Amino acid sequence: MSSLARRRATDYTVKVISTGFAALSLVLLAWILWTLISRGLPALGPHVFTRITLPPGAGGGLLNAIVGSLIQIGVALVIGTPIGLMCGTFLSENGRNTQVGNAVRFVNDVLLSAPSILIGLFVYQLLVVPFGGFSGWAGSLALAILIIPVVVRTTEDMLNLVPIGLREAAFALGAPQWKVVIMITWRAARAGIVTGILLSLARAAGETAPLLFTSLGNNGWSISMDQPMASLPIAIYQYAASPFEDWVALAWAGALLITAGVLALNIVSRLVLAQMK
Amino acid sequence: MDATLSGTQADAVLKTAHKPTGRISDPIFVGILWSCGIFVLLLLGLIIAMLFEGGFPALREFGISFLWSTDWNPVTEKFGAGVMVFGTLFSAVIAVIVALPLSFGIAFFLTEIAAGPLRRPIGVAIQLLAAIPSIIYGMWGFFVVVPLIAAYVQPPLIEWLGPIPLIGALFQGPPLGAGMLTAGVILAIMILPFITAMFVEVLESVPPMLKESAYGVGATTYEVYRNVSVPYGRTAMVGAVMLGLGRALGETMAVTFVIGNATRMSASLFAPGSTIASTIANEFPEASIGSLKLQSLMQLGFILFVISFIVLALSRMLVRSKLKG
Repeated sequence: MSSLARRRATDYTVKVISTGFAALSLVLLAWILWTLISRGLPALGPHVFTRITLPPGAGGGLLNAIVGSLIQIGVALVIGTPIGLMCGTFLSENGRNTQVGNAVRFVNDVLLSAPSILIGLFVYQLLVVPFGGFSGWAGSLALAILIIPVVVRTTEDMLNLVPIGLREAAFALGAPQWKVVIMITWRAARAGIVTGILLSLARAAGETAPLLFTSLGNNGWSISMDQPMASLPIAIYQYAASPFEDWVALAWAGALLITAGVLALNIVSRLVLAQMK
Repeated sequence: MDATLSGTQADAVLKTAHKPTGRISDPIFVGILWSCGIFVLLLLGLIIAMLFEGGFPALREFGISFLWSTDWNPVTEKFGAGVMVFGTLFSAVIAVIVALPLSFGIAFFLTEIAAGPLRRPIGVAIQLLAAIPSIIYGMWGFFVVVPLIAAYVQPPLIEWLGPIPLIGALFQGPPLGAGMLTAGVILAIMILPFITAMFVEVLESVPPMLKESAYGVGATTYEVYRNVSVPYGRTAMVGAVMLGLGRALGETMAVTFVIGNATRMSASLFAPGSTIASTIANEFPEASIGSLKLQSLMQLGFILFVISFIVLALSRMLVRSKLKG
């Protein structure tokens, strides 16, 4: 075989293999989704949304876990979003090319990729041990710490896209910085910032490990933030490993719910981002 | 990118920005911005301090040999991190070895082969793999992948490769399904989208002129990829792999489901093992406040933090160095 023919053959082979790898990753995604749908859908009935956890065989649902998850994520967003938004704004407006700004950016990257289980241990040590018990507050705080770096990163990226001329125009009219930031910069980057918050929400919704040490889970009706609180990921974790068939079915139903929610949030935010860029 | 703020130009605008107003509202606003920035700095410091403080008694009890001691016996209250540190590194390395060729191939596909309208949806679909929560990978691995590996992958491998000296040691033991290899494979699927996305970003930053010159002298697509694009982005690509490694090190729920959770050390890919994260998740419920076991788990957490911090810091250095310059 001539050298050219051999090079062409190599090129072709690599292209086929690469296409095969890409196809394989799509197959994996489809396989995971199919597993969730085929096992979760049959288990998904009205009882999942209307009943709380009951002993095996009693036809319990996931109501307390769904409500607990919503409460904890809601509180986490209320705590984490303003801090993340302000910190992202700091990086984009005041912390550019400064030592402090670079340090904050680095630390934020570390927090973004730090193993989430360690955030759980941290909050356990910070809140659960001194206050003598697992609580919804502790769970929310752990989720908030996971939310902050995502919001910081997207906020900074989005604010950096806002044209300098827009700010200059506002400053030229004598506007103070807070007015420029709130009324001009944030408004211009609104869609991107909301996207960041949605992405952080998607991340927090699926996190299990940090909740193990903070809100623990609760098999009863739990809406008191001072008490251990149920959550969907923890319920899935407990049920999936249980020996009872109906509990395992509930775990699949919960897994389908979470994944559908998380993927929907991701797709929506990607669409918004794609339109912006 | 002309229209965006960058570098000194931005500094100049923003410095004049809060001078002339002289109102009380502006210093307050800027103060809030600064304090939120500082808060993030302090948060990381506090996390390090709390993990260290929580685990320090275990370090004092067992000494520095806690790091490599392979004892883990709750009954006799002897604890060591050796098995878990080994399991953490072993499973993460398997994950990178499996994910790396796939990422190279998929990045090649996405940057050079896929036609316009196909490219985005496929890229997004691969990114969605990263959005699926860890616990879902755990369930899928436990109920679907583990039985498959136990039935179809391990028996032939044990039969064919087990008797070979040296590498045979990797393929010993009963085909349980759960173990290091399964954990590594699941981790590989989880980190694949991260590595691929960063590869694509790096490859897209290769100046078109470089590639065009190579095409001009008659190179094939693959040759351009291998000899121009990849060498150009090598540093950043190594950084991307490190980032994937960092993620694999700290994954908890997926690994807990499929690694078998044995606190023994084995060189076999099929033997059940445990990682730092899976041990913490598994054994935490049985550790009471103030117990030596809890302190040992905290110390494990601190070790995990140090390992992932080093890997992430290196990764960030490598990635930034290329993408900026």
